[in-house]
Amino acid sequence: MDQFVLNIIVVGATFALYIGIAIWARAGSTAEFYAAGQGVHPVLNGMATGADWMSAASFISMAGLIAFGGYDTSVYLMGWTGGYVLLAMLLAPYLRKFGKFTVPEFIGDRFYSNVARTVAVICLITASLTYVIGQMTGVGVAFSRFLEVSNTAGLFIGAAIVFMYAVLGGMKGITYTQVAQYVVLIIAYTIPAVFISLNLTGNPIPALGLFSNDVSTGAPILSTLEGLVTDLGFKSYLEQSDTTLNMFLFTVSLMIGTAGLPHVIVRFFTVPKVADARTSAGWALVFIALLYLTAPAVGAMARMNLINTFYPNGIEGQALSMAEIEAGEDASGADLEWVNNWAKTGLLAFDDKNGDGLITYVGDAEANELTVNRDIIVLANPEIARLPGWVIALVAAGGLAAALSTAAGLLMAISSAVSHDLIKGQINPNISEKGELMAARIAMAVAIAVATYLGLNPPGFAAQTVALAFGLAAASIFPALMMGIFSKTVNNTGAVAGMLAGLITTVLYIFLHKGWFFIAGTNTFTDADPMILSIKSTSFGAIGAAINFAVAFMVSSITKPVPANVVELVESIRVPKGAGAATGH
Amino acid sequence: MADNSSSNAYWKANIQTILVFLVIWFVCSFGFGILLRPMLAGIGVGGTDLGFWFAQQGSIIVFLVLIFAYAFRMNKLDREHGVDE
Repeated sequence: MDQFVLNIIVVGATFALYIGIAIWARAGSTAEFYAAGQGVHPVLNGMATGADWMSAASFISMAGLIAFGGYDTSVYLMGWTGGYVLLAMLLAPYLRKFGKFTVPEFIGDRFYSNVARTVAVICLITASLTYVIGQMTGVGVAFSRFLEVSNTAGLFIGAAIVFMYAVLGGMKGITYTQVAQYVVLIIAYTIPAVFISLNLTGNPIPALGLFSNDVSTGAPILSTLEGLVTDLGFKSYLEQSDTTLNMFLFTVSLMIGTAGLPHVIVRFFTVPKVADARTSAGWALVFIALLYLTAPAVGAMARMNLINTFYPNGIEGQALSMAEIEAGEDASGADLEWVNNWAKTGLLAFDDKNGDGLITYVGDAEANELTVNRDIIVLANPEIARLPGWVIALVAAGGLAAALSTAAGLLMAISSAVSHDLIKGQINPNISEKGELMAARIAMAVAIAVATYLGLNPPGFAAQTVALAFGLAAASIFPALMMGIFSKTVNNTGAVAGMLAGLITTVLYIFLHKGWFFIAGTNTFTDADPMILSIKSTSFGAIGAAINFAVAFMVSSITKPVPANVVELVESIRVPKGAGAATGH
Repeated sequence: MADNSSSNAYWKANIQTILVFLVIWFVCSFGFGILLRPMLAGIGVGGTDLGFWFAQQGSIIVFLVLIFAYAFRMNKLDREHGVDE
């Protein structure tokens, strides 16, 4: 069967499944399905959180970055999982005890200030919008390949679908649909990895396969890969190339950003008990770890297969020729259609610069004739490894599930922050329900238009853009939450000054390196040669957080102390007893 | 609300637990994965060294163990101090 038709059938079937479950859950149940988390088994709740959390960045982009970045990109693996430890120990149980639904509500109440609440909303919108830009990049890649159109056309089609999905209320908030999305996503991610690991190492578990021996040579696959990349002049896979300072700050930034991202935190607000908030974070990480332990294997093995594809006779032998690509198969008859298919999207390109009829794939930029966008690696991986058509279609479905669910969720978070927290809460409390809904839709449309426009010339690969969003959350929201729980001395003025200082310095640092409002060409510095030491814009969130803490404590020490009733609030959120159910907006 | 001295003792025990767990968290990720990797270079794991393994897999496994261990320990503390729900 034609791959294109197969893609449509499998993607269509998964969407039918989500819609079917949404309808079944609506029709077959009373309130228990709607009260997010309550009455849902913690394990299922963990799966739903996993689907919510793992976006285009984790699914589509991360393994591709690892494939080309090697050891340096371990920061994504540690950073995007280590934050759950902080969440479970430092935030989730106390925010659950507090017993309201949103992050701005907590900050507004704890710092007894509407200004603090508004600043928190602004921080939330800034981080979420940046996050959506990263998602749109991933959506564009997935749709362009899946519909076999250019990357730009894929981005516009994807944007339209995300918009409809989000405006219709999507299937967000319905836990069982998210459970289904998680199952599709994790199957789609692991099946090709299992096949490839079996082929290369004979070990069916990719995480173990990564550290096993190559069945054909008997040498460990990591050292074989290291030999290939260094012989071709690429940067080392196993050695550290980035500075220790940048790797350290990048990891801090991603970890505390995870613990500060509003759409993750809210999942822990509504679990039945404080004790459940602690274990829920654990279950979420179990399901996230299934993907994260597989990702480094996917990255390394994809890189190996990619090199072997373009050097069918070994790297010492003759490279792949243009004629072979045109014919759609190499001399041994191995299928090369995927190279042509990805070339259509513009995300894979080759150019026979020296006119020898061969594709030279080497580290030296002058001589290299093949460019591969990092974001296509996971989606192209089953094709590169020549797996059956249904596996390729399944990966497309998984990528779309990951990107669409997170993008729609973020858009809803942005729109409710604008319409509920900002307009109804602050500007016009008498707004009608209809007016509020209208404001929410307008906010959503504006957000997606901005994200799509910036997605055309993204500030980086999907996972890198998402990393910037984590930096913003790390610098603004995480410190405010921490001080709200663990300090009784940080007051309203201190918190506001801290959040603003953290957010503004981080936004400035990012804009100076990535261009003002992410518009290409308006940057003063580059990440290759950053402004301060070796600190890249993706890592600055950690510095922003430190500034936030320092400013908040300084300002608090010279302004009025925290009132007694707020000290009592802090005392009460520290003990689980008497939590009760979460109460309304 | 539970009486103040009891919840103070509870909070102190909680902070102590958190500090111990955070040290493990730090050592197994930032430590073995990044800062101390050169010291672990001699210990080989499947074609590379132990530091690489911690950076790409080991840290994640430690994180998982930490969260469930913390939940277990806190449930016990909650009961001991009579602040459980």
